[in-house]
Amino acid sequence: MKPGAHPGAEAIAAKGWLAAHRYLLWRRATQLGILGLFLLGPWFGWWLVKGNIASSLTLDALPLTDPLLIAQQFAAGHWPLTTALIGALIVLLFYLLVGGRVYCAWVCPINIVTDAAEWLRRRLKIRGQMRLSPHIRYWLLGAVILLPLATGALAWELVNPVTLVYRGLIFGMGVAWTVVIGLFLFDLLIGRRAWCGHLCPMGAFYGLLGEGALLRISATRRDRCDDCLDCFAVCPEQQVIRPSLKDADHTPVILAGHCTNCGRCIDVCARDVFRFTTRFSRTTFPPAEVEKPHQNPIHQQEVST
Amino acid sequence: MDKDNHSPPRPNGVNRGRRDFIVSALRSAVGVGLAATLLAVHQRRADALPASAIRPPGANADDNIFQGACIRCGLCVRDCPYDTLKLAQLGDPVATGTPYFEARTIPCEMCDDIPCLKACPTGALDPALKEIENARMGLAVLIDQEACIAFQGLRCEVCFNVCPVRGEAITLDMRHNPRSGKHALFIPVVHSDACTGCGKCEQACILEEAAIKVLPLKLAKGALGAHYRLGWQQKARAGEALVTPDTPHQYNLPSGASYDHGGQGLMLDSPGDAEAPPFSSNPLDTLNRKGGI
Repeated sequence: MKPGAHPGAEAIAAKGWLAAHRYLLWRRATQLGILGLFLLGPWFGWWLVKGNIASSLTLDALPLTDPLLIAQQFAAGHWPLTTALIGALIVLLFYLLVGGRVYCAWVCPINIVTDAAEWLRRRLKIRGQMRLSPHIRYWLLGAVILLPLATGALAWELVNPVTLVYRGLIFGMGVAWTVVIGLFLFDLLIGRRAWCGHLCPMGAFYGLLGEGALLRISATRRDRCDDCLDCFAVCPEQQVIRPSLKDADHTPVILAGHCTNCGRCIDVCARDVFRFTTRFSRTTFPPAEVEKPHQNPIHQQEVST
Repeated sequence: MDKDNHSPPRPNGVNRGRRDFIVSALRSAVGVGLAATLLAVHQRRADALPASAIRPPGANADDNIFQGACIRCGLCVRDCPYDTLKLAQLGDPVATGTPYFEARTIPCEMCDDIPCLKACPTGALDPALKEIENARMGLAVLIDQEACIAFQGLRCEVCFNVCPVRGEAITLDMRHNPRSGKHALFIPVVHSDACTGCGKCEQACILEEAAIKVLPLKLAKGALGAHYRLGWQQKARAGEALVTPDTPHQYNLPSGASYDHGGQGLMLDSPGDAEAPPFSSNPLDTLNRKGGI
């Protein structure tokens, strides 16, 4: 990234605006599309999908249920009906296939809010960063599971902003807008990706699922990397990129569970370093296509082996 | 932790990296612990359902158990054909996202097929409930006898007539009207063995503010202590008294007189002597009599 330029400026110049926002646009379309499916019923009386993100019924046939909620039910001592169990199993398998935190990047409505906060944070050059460990989310996930054990009820659901806002959009917000505004300001002023990247226990849960996910992003052409840091600047979980991009001993596939498969790194890379693959893919840069001038020695070594 | 070992040991022997790790973990644990405690307290408050909020049929009467089973998906709300059910929004006094209805606004129409219960994916609305008449969503209580016009001696009986379990959940009990001295009061009386808590009576009550209201069962029902035994019930069940039978009551009566409580009253052995009362005119004679109190 050139000094003063925004991340992705190079990619826009190289590929055009549309190609440099391809996955971002797909993501927004998916997020709003899923929400739109839920809203077809209450707005237009067309009941393709009923319920909300916690549990839904599509075409009166396909049940989908949030597995984290089922886990909390078990902790509360309630054994759910088969419908909910099947729904949770389908969701589990789906995210094992496409990447756990695909939920965060492609479905969750809060993602739009925190992405907006992060965008504004970059534009306004807000540097403030509260010291938050990204491991707090695991502690919180533990608390989310333990609370029903202690209280007998799904206590986290009283405040869970993800389900709160999604349900609000479909069934009526009440004062849930304050949660949206609160999260926006939290991410804008308190710390970069403070909610989604550090605290959200749903993200922690889906991150654990992602550890075994099939669909992954790979720095297949890491030989082309010119260290512009654009991918790093836009990545919601920056720690996941480095090993695959910079460590020659590491597979180019980003195996970290917290990679959200948002594809923003693919968008902003002017040199097409990244692409979607499976976790088993061992494809690296074909030596024949290596571009020499901006190679660092480590990479050339890797090519020659 | 491997890389921690590279940092030089401090003079006191404590590895700095390890110390940082422990401090950071402690910070997280304390912060999350505080947040979880607050949330648990919040949950205890949310367990107290406001009196005006009635849960759909099949919901556990203990709202804490219901809130452990309901995942707040709203499918019951969607399948309610009368828009009775709604999901609590953030800021409502009911636990956020859980279904409820307000009887005075839209009561439950008691659909025979119970679609809300069938829609529930988790069983928070218990599928063991097959007949809607067995539902116990709440209990109607004639809560204000001062305002109910039946107690003024006026004929209303609207609650009695709209009741879907007519003649069983609410009966009209006739009582004397002491104001006029010659009329009857027709008092609606709710029976918990038949009332489903649908709320039709509360909705239909003709008063500005309903005199009969559906309350959550926990609020509406009293409970006799488990140790209570009602003697006449025990006697009926066993066929005889379980304790030593009462000795017949000894009345302080002059000889030749007996008394039958609840029967004939005072009985004299020689009715021919009616003009001469068996009682002495001197009260001391009565008090000093043998066999007296």
